[in-house]
Amino acid sequence: MKVKCPECGAEFDAPDDVIVGEIVSCPDCGLELEVSSIQSGKVDVKIVRISGEDWGE
Amino acid sequence: MFFELGARERGGEKFADIILQRCVSYFRNLHLTALLEKRGYTVVNPYKVTQLCGNKLLTTLALTKAKIPTPKTYVAFTKESALEALDKMGYPAMLKPVVGSWGRLIIPLKDRETAGAVLEEREYMFPLYQVYYLQEMVKRPPRDIRVFVIGDEAVTGIYRYSFLDIKTNIARGGKAEPCRITPELQELSLKAAEAVGSGILGVDMMETDEGIVVHEINHTIEFQATATVTKVNIPKYIVGYLLRKARK
Repeated sequence: MKVKCPECGAEFDAPDDVIVGEIVSCPDCGLELEVSSIQSGKVDVKIVRISGEDWGE
Repeated sequence: MFFELGARERGGEKFADIILQRCVSYFRNLHLTALLEKRGYTVVNPYKVTQLCGNKLLTTLALTKAKIPTPKTYVAFTKESALEALDKMGYPAMLKPVVGSWGRLIIPLKDRETAGAVLEEREYMFPLYQVYYLQEMVKRPPRDIRVFVIGDEAVTGIYRYSFLDIKTNIARGGKAEPCRITPELQELSLKAAEAVGSGILGVDMMETDEGIVVHEINHTIEFQATATVTKVNIPKYIVGYLLRKARK
């Protein structure tokens, strides 16, 4: 299934059994991307959030 | 996924006997726990424990009520009264947000001038940051102690050393070393955990000339560094606790 990197625009294949919430890496720029939806073979991703203001303890 | 408030569980079977809350975002963690408890689930940690531990003021109140030694703490609601409290406590002193994590916005106030400037800035921030939680700067070695309490067992402990500044948070560059749990640490950490309602907790303590004080209790423990340096299988203890609780 095709994924388009929102950062560098590269297109790459995600594994066929990829699920929503899974993290995939862009092979071109190395950015980590979270799968946000899968609809009729189209995989949408968003940039992984690595920290929020109320994260941690 | 979304939730309809006030709706009854629609016939379906429960999806879990017990739920381990691991959400790293404090506010989402707290509100999701409230929803799940309302639907009849047992959540670890429970809402009331997370709410207490997520707020330094409420934690200190619970600890002092249980007669557990804590650093001397003042709370003020205006800049002027905060400065008055600081005059009484003396400098340097710590200013901490009542809700905050990974050491964010915790500031050592070196003198009255610095305090005035920092408090003035706080007046432009979200109202929560205008609840001034002021704490004596405890004379301690450049480390604190975290004891992991799971149920009624103190399973392991670490020293957290700071290098960059006063903050010992591992997420801020602090380093962990194993800490042997002495009878004193065991007694104090178990008592502190009980004071906030018990669960899966990280009790933070500091060594002072007058003995050990408890300054914070963590409700959604992070343990990567601890599991590495102590070789203690923390997830195993967590799962054991959940199974015992679920069977009750």
